[in-house]
Amino acid sequence: MAVARPRSLIAALDALADRPAATVLGGGTDLMVEVNAGQRHLTDVVALRRVDELATVEQHAGGLHLGAGLTWAGMEAALAEHMPALAAAGRSVGSRQIRNTGTLGGNLGSASWKASTPPVLYALDATIDVRSAGGRRDVPVEDFIVAEGRTTLAPGELIASVDVPACRGPQRFLKLGNRSSVISAVVAVAVVLDLDRRRVRVAVGSAAGVPQRLSAAEGVASDVVDWDAGAIDDDGLRSVRRAVGSECLATSDHRAGARFRRHAASVLVARGLASAVTGGRPGAPL
Amino acid sequence: MSADAHPQASDELELRVNGVDHAIADVPLSTSLLDLLREHLDLRATKDACRQGRCGSCSVLMDGELVASCLVLAADAVDADITTVEGLADDPDSQTFRTALLSAGGVQCGFCTPGIVVAAHACLRDHAAAGEREVREELSGNICRCTGYGRIAAAVAQVIGGQAGDG
Repeated sequence: MAVARPRSLIAALDALADRPAATVLGGGTDLMVEVNAGQRHLTDVVALRRVDELATVEQHAGGLHLGAGLTWAGMEAALAEHMPALAAAGRSVGSRQIRNTGTLGGNLGSASWKASTPPVLYALDATIDVRSAGGRRDVPVEDFIVAEGRTTLAPGELIASVDVPACRGPQRFLKLGNRSSVISAVVAVAVVLDLDRRRVRVAVGSAAGVPQRLSAAEGVASDVVDWDAGAIDDDGLRSVRRAVGSECLATSDHRAGARFRRHAASVLVARGLASAVTGGRPGAPL
Repeated sequence: MSADAHPQASDELELRVNGVDHAIADVPLSTSLLDLLREHLDLRATKDACRQGRCGSCSVLMDGELVASCLVLAADAVDADITTVEGLADDPDSQTFRTALLSAGGVQCGFCTPGIVVAAHACLRDHAAAGEREVREELSGNICRCTGYGRIAAAVAQVIGGQAGDG
């Protein structure tokens, strides 16, 4: 049969083992664009829509376990409290139609330069649970995306879930596009405050081919935050902006030039940091 | 075209559309739900424009959820309940909205209207007390080139405000 419609993860992995070259279909919001344009010819499909166990969110002592089948709407609904940056990313993507359909696994697995989940997952040091009929391997998210459009997934493997270690503190996700919805990001940033370690984490997506953690900018940001007072001054924000601008890799394309992307990243990081530190409402317009 | 130009046919697809069960044979695997609705079931009120899920003119409800039917693989829609705009014809809530949309002047060329009707149906059902910003966000997946959206948003607001049907 050309289309497998498994109802369990085990059945999905068995289907993939039988046909390792099959196209894995999550929400289809990326795949179907290519199919409709004639750029992708389907011969063999494993459709994951019915695998309910892939769409769960579990909270455990160490953090959160996110099923790859979670849709953007599901992320927005389930994660507003415990992972607001991903909830904000979910809200920022596409339209209601897209948000009801596209999945975490599909977005991460696309490794597309425009994908919204990777910068958040990079900032949160997520680990990807990769499964096949042969077993399981856990891949740090930074090792999972190897190039634009390419992950370490081998034939017969799929993303089962994403493990996000607990990190106490505010999170912000900001995205820039040429309008408010149904956009591909010009640049997107995730800013996470790790209150226990008094460290800022900064990840930038869509500026270059792959997402980036800006470790030098993180050092600067961590130093300029007044952790005791929960404050940050303009000089501190300026130095964060400079640090992001000099560390952030960016490419030029028809959507934006590299210089603008670096500038936009620095502005968004500073805004996200200020908002996170001073307690501005996540998701509130900046 | 490529050498493998023969599309692989799927098995017979069984779909429930607007409460009616259909069994459709000889559907190429790459067929979208949109194409199935329009070409195989002759339900042409759902529109085919961008084929990228951006314009919203192909909007339908799949198990009650608003989706872009151009992005749904027909073969994956087999055990879902599909509602197209034709299926909302007799729905009283949809009738209320459609009356409001017309009286508000929210229909000009009419191309976006089927998608708008479906999207607004989901919006009014799920966000019964939405303010204008939220309404516009919920309808942001539906492009209208004629009205500038103001009258469409006004129609939704009118229904939310409970004033529909007074005109």
